Amino acid sequence: MAEMTLLGAVTTALREEMERDQSVVLLGEDIGVNGGVFRATDGLHAQFGDDRVIDTPLAESGIVGTAVGMALHGLRPVPEIQFSDFIFPAFDQIVSEMAKMRYRSGGEFACPMVIRTPYGGGIRGGHYHSQSPEAYFCHTPGLVVCAPSTPEDTKGLLKSCIRSEDPVLFFEPKRIYRTVKGEVPEDSDFTVPIGKARIARAGSDVTVVAWGAMVHTCMEAADKAAEQGIDVELVDARTLLPLDEESILESVRKTGKLVVASEATRFCGVASEISAIVAEKAVEYLEAPIVRITGFDTPFPYTLEHVYMPSPERVLRGIQKVATFDF
Amino acid sequence: MSEQLVSVLGTDGAVKKKDRPQLSDQDLLLLYSGMIRTRKLDERGMLLHGQGRLGFYLPSFGEEAAQLGSAFAADQTDVISQSYRQPGIALLRGVTPESMFDNCFGNQADVVKGRQMPVHYSFKEAGMLSISSPIGTQIVHGAGIAHAMKIKGDGGICMVYMGDGGTSSNDFHTGLNFAGVYKAPCVFACINNQWAISVPLGRQTASETIAAKGEAYGMPGHLIDGNDVLAVYEATRRAVERARAGDGPTLLEFLTFRMGPHSSSDDPSRYRPSELEDEWRAKDPIKRFEKFLIREGLLDDEAIEAVASEAEAEMSAAAKAAEAKPGPTLDSMFDDVYAELPAHLVEQRDGLRAEGQAHAADEDAAFPL
Repeated sequence: MAEMTLLGAVTTALREEMERDQSVVLLGEDIGVNGGVFRATDGLHAQFGDDRVIDTPLAESGIVGTAVGMALHGLRPVPEIQFSDFIFPAFDQIVSEMAKMRYRSGGEFACPMVIRTPYGGGIRGGHYHSQSPEAYFCHTPGLVVCAPSTPEDTKGLLKSCIRSEDPVLFFEPKRIYRTVKGEVPEDSDFTVPIGKARIARAGSDVTVVAWGAMVHTCMEAADKAAEQGIDVELVDARTLLPLDEESILESVRKTGKLVVASEATRFCGVASEISAIVAEKAVEYLEAPIVRITGFDTPFPYTLEHVYMPSPERVLRGIQKVATFDF
Repeated sequence: MSEQLVSVLGTDGAVKKKDRPQLSDQDLLLLYSGMIRTRKLDERGMLLHGQGRLGFYLPSFGEEAAQLGSAFAADQTDVISQSYRQPGIALLRGVTPESMFDNCFGNQADVVKGRQMPVHYSFKEAGMLSISSPIGTQIVHGAGIAHAMKIKGDGGICMVYMGDGGTSSNDFHTGLNFAGVYKAPCVFACINNQWAISVPLGRQTASETIAAKGEAYGMPGHLIDGNDVLAVYEATRRAVERARAGDGPTLLEFLTFRMGPHSSSDDPSRYRPSELEDEWRAKDPIKRFEKFLIREGLLDDEAIEAVASEAEAEMSAAAKAAEAKPGPTLDSMFDDVYAELPAHLVEQRDGLRAEGQAHAADEDAAFPL
């Protein structure tokens, strides 16, 4: 085991997969000599050279679109979109091309590739450096969508995604890139399976589901709840599409109470989908209405970001609400 | 920047000796029969639609020289990043008309398993990528494929096709810009038929030519007579050679005319004068090439008739065979979304199966199993 930051886990996963598989190439803005604006690709250009760590012109649709072409011709591209807020020029290439290639070609062609992108608020970046756009992509059949919360999962899941035959959106919680550290297996074949949630904290009274940086916010809330005698089970979804429904349902069947926490806007979000799945498949176990703790249905604000983003206190109030609900 | 239109074939079929491409008699006749087969394929597709047997078709009338001449200059192993109006290239590369009609009917033999509308196929064996309807997306893929070829050093080049409408798309700019920066081994082939459904070329660009746009991306641009199969071939051959030598991409504009409707759903009489169509019908690229072949002594009336009737019979038989095949199975709807079927799709598939079985006996059953 080695202690590393979440950012270090990204770099380590990329390096190991590039060493293992010659067809893995990285492309994006500023990822070469500069090592990426967050330094996620630090040192990789020096190690692998121009043909495998490619600085691109400044156009997200071109980054993703050329990566689609590369994947069609036998490479395994890992494009970086510098901030997930800048991903929308590439939306057509992602949802119309990358996601549908296998289906629309009857399985003749596919796009095994991973789009890495830092996402989420809490860095005082205003709404073009803070959003959580994962739901847009979860609405697209053919995509895998991941959002890890720990260095261990980041390394293991990113490696699984690079080895996967399906196209992946890999959302990296940039707020905790450097603040969260953890032990990570050094084994270069260590992977974390796609589509499997993780029980971040076992408990019996209330199920809380979260992903990305929000897992840590919820952990703080769970610790506070424990002081009040409420035993929270925290489910880290890790993969949002395909979602590990069974782990969530199993927890809810045990606790009978559900809080879903997400930084993203509320309406039609992933938190809504999780709520709907539980309502459809486990309503008979529910002992309180489901509570969503989310961002608001406004653009992401700059000065008031601490109000917009779910805080441990807001999550705690949601936990208290379901824990104390009386029919 | 003014571009001179490059022609080789005179309207009377005459060719200056110095301009004659290095093509064998066999090659010339292969190009000719390819053009005829393309015309007959499209006529059959439109006929099937007119008879109510096919829901939709996209013909390429008038663009046979641009398709065949350009694709013939590339190797069979080079990749074609296509838009939806190059059926002639598929025929040239050995795809059977039956396979193309299988796609049109969306039947069980359709290579894309009935998942796309007609004329939206892919033929991996023939090096032809999957077609999508959004305009221009394949231009960026072509740049990426060519860049991958350069990285892998496999000696391949990518032929990237688009129409004049496609040059207005953001992906045109992005694709040419990336390819220019990377010196990617590709050829951008714009088949300028002057119409994007009802919108004429003058509404797509204020540029005098499309070819002129190459300069800003650091690549040569050439304006070629798209109704002149020999000029198209020769210009493409040079661009392919340049790409393969590592000198980077080229933009070729093949000026032609969409002699038919955009699709079976389109009525050009709403937006363009019939005189214009008459004018271009007189410039039919097939007739022009025919005159050349007759002058060369490679064709006579009898041979022309034989090529046409053989192609006619081929397309008719292909369409009949494709029409007779059953549609895809219900289960196939869930395949190929992912490499492996995830749990939620297993659940949805099984639910649909169960619903179908439960209501199979109903007179108004929503779907047959």
